Amino acid sequence: MRVGLFITCVNDTLYPHTGQAVVTLLERLGVEVGFPPEQSCCGQPQFNTGYRHETEPLVRRYATAFRDYDCIVAPSGSCAAMVRDNYPRIGAKAAAEGRGRELADAAAAVVPRTYELTEFLTDVLEVTDVGAYYPHTVTYHPTCHGLRMLHLGDRPRALLSAVRGLKLVELPGAEECCGFGGTFAVKNPAVSAAMGADKAHNITATGAEAVCAVDNSCQMHIGGTLARQGSTVRPVHIAEILASTEGDIW
Amino acid sequence: MPAFPKAADTSTHNTQLRANLRHATHTIRAKRATAVAELDDWGRLRAAGAAIKDRTLRHLDHYLEQLERAVTAAGGQVHWAADADEANRIVTELVRATGEREVVKVKSMATQEIGLNHALAEAGITAYETDLAELIVQLGDDLPSHILVPAIHRNRAEIRDIFTAKMARWGRPAPDGLTDAPADLAEAARLHLREKFLNAKVGVSGANFMVAETGTLVVVESEGNGRMCLTLPDTLISVVGIEKVVPTFQDLEVFLQLLPRSSTAERMNPYTSTWTGTTDDDGPRAFHLVLLDNGRTDALADTVGRQALRCIRCSACLNVCPVYERAGGHAYGSAYPGPIGAILTPQLRGTQSELDASLPYASSLCGACYEVCPVAIDIPEVLLHLRERVVEGGPASVRGTRAVIKPAKGHAAERAAMRAASWALDHPRVLRSGQRLASRTRRFHPRRLPGPGRAWSDSRELPTVPAESFRDWWQRTRTTTTPRHGDDRNTP
Repeated sequence: MRVGLFITCVNDTLYPHTGQAVVTLLERLGVEVGFPPEQSCCGQPQFNTGYRHETEPLVRRYATAFRDYDCIVAPSGSCAAMVRDNYPRIGAKAAAEGRGRELADAAAAVVPRTYELTEFLTDVLEVTDVGAYYPHTVTYHPTCHGLRMLHLGDRPRALLSAVRGLKLVELPGAEECCGFGGTFAVKNPAVSAAMGADKAHNITATGAEAVCAVDNSCQMHIGGTLARQGSTVRPVHIAEILASTEGDIW
Repeated sequence: MPAFPKAADTSTHNTQLRANLRHATHTIRAKRATAVAELDDWGRLRAAGAAIKDRTLRHLDHYLEQLERAVTAAGGQVHWAADADEANRIVTELVRATGEREVVKVKSMATQEIGLNHALAEAGITAYETDLAELIVQLGDDLPSHILVPAIHRNRAEIRDIFTAKMARWGRPAPDGLTDAPADLAEAARLHLREKFLNAKVGVSGANFMVAETGTLVVVESEGNGRMCLTLPDTLISVVGIEKVVPTFQDLEVFLQLLPRSSTAERMNPYTSTWTGTTDDDGPRAFHLVLLDNGRTDALADTVGRQALRCIRCSACLNVCPVYERAGGHAYGSAYPGPIGAILTPQLRGTQSELDASLPYASSLCGACYEVCPVAIDIPEVLLHLRERVVEGGPASVRGTRAVIKPAKGHAAERAAMRAASWALDHPRVLRSGQRLASRTRRFHPRRLPGPGRAWSDSRELPTVPAESFRDWWQRTRTTTTPRHGDDRNTP
């Protein structure tokens, strides 16, 4: 099985540590991973702001970059959801505008092969105990795309529950959006900040040392808010927890 | 009206409003979830509701004409209103023809949408709202902020103060020493309203459903004020959006399960009033149905946006929406606040005004609204569709005519930035150069951003740029030795 890593533009540029954790984790589980360098961005910021036509070259790029892989794995719920939910729509609309089936075919080719990391672990590799050790108290924030678009359900919690040394504490109001929402954060800054502040207070109230999620973009907003509130809780991507072992805590 | 972000900025700083809304929405949210969980066929009911509405909308011309025939045969009169002005004119003339100067009203979204009370006032006719929350709003010279609970932004103490100060001017005054206990407030409203019910000769309502096969109208309510207004007056005028029609009486079986559980979290609402035309010696002698288009045909012409017309006005999407909870209903600048307002208003009114162009962006796309919608309206999908209309323009139906809409004003800089970003992201070498430049200059990055970036850094710390991007790390380590993760980690 050839597995291509879609690291995503946010992780590539700002959170390379998460991508490195994915590599470490999957290789530890015996998976051979590749990183096609022609990949860039799924196009979510453009598409979610209304610029569907600006998204099209990125759909093509994604389809081309990952042409030769059996599975495409992304450490991001929102980017995986963008591909799975919106690529078919972009393809269908391009066809409806009389510009042929090329984008629709590209979407159809990548959608069934695209997985968010925790899905790939539990559904494809069929593991929940990945042999991780992480001696910290952690609370889990289910991000909206993971929760309501990908329907990840209990997958991330099952993976975290199997981590030795980890104490999982429940987050109040867990299923409420943190307020990031991509360009929403700058288009509606007051509401976004109010949502972020409430989320951050709930996180701090758990007494956890770290808040875990499957999306670093939401974590950028949550972590930035926690830091501004003077909270000591660290945002951490689930890949970094699952990559950790006794000899190597991420 | 200011654009949504500005209005929402004001309301997020209103701590009393935030507390009122938080308490109310969280309470009803939890109750709805419980009421829905009781039914193990909820998913199938929801699919049935969506399918019935979709089929009706596909053949809307057929069902509306069938409805008109049935209502007329049962002794009612049907009037067609293309827009708000026409609907207001029809109702005003109908009231004038009775010689009356006062009407009692059943809570109705359609009459809020067209501003009927204001139009009647201009003609010297006073409209009395009889729904408790609508009464609170009317006495307080306020606007509704919620589909189901129009005074959701008010708490008990505020309501007591409004009753004490304003009731006397509208009719029976509030009792002396009125407390803010719910039972006392309800009793004060009951006594105040009873006078109105018993004296009213003309009632004005909307409807939750209209049955095409029988000509029957349905109003679903909790307080009984609707039953009073629908039965006691001599003349009844109902203003109803054309999308409220359902083909058969049996279709109500689905909707009368979906609506109360989604809306008030009740298994069944206390009052379900149905009437068919007029009946000798029972209820109103004259019944008029005003069928309202007001942009609905334009929405129907849009293959993605038309699903908004399935809405049964239950308000579950408002109660679960984190944006509504913090912005409040008034920020949406129309009778329809919250997620449904964000997709309905720009379709009914267009996307040309600054406010209406900002509505599709009044969402973080969290998807909670879609999850709870009893007729499965994919609100995030429609929001994205309308965002595209705002920034790119495109074909649309405007007042019944096919047109090509120009992009809304004020998006030029954003469009240029998006294009530049797409171009850079489509050229990984450019992307990599940018990443390396950012890494090399990271010691000089400010902690606060100027310009549009201020919106971020005003309330959140900025992420620090790492010394090396993932792609550079991959290239460096995969071409040399076994990988070890880098030492610099970015703490967001």
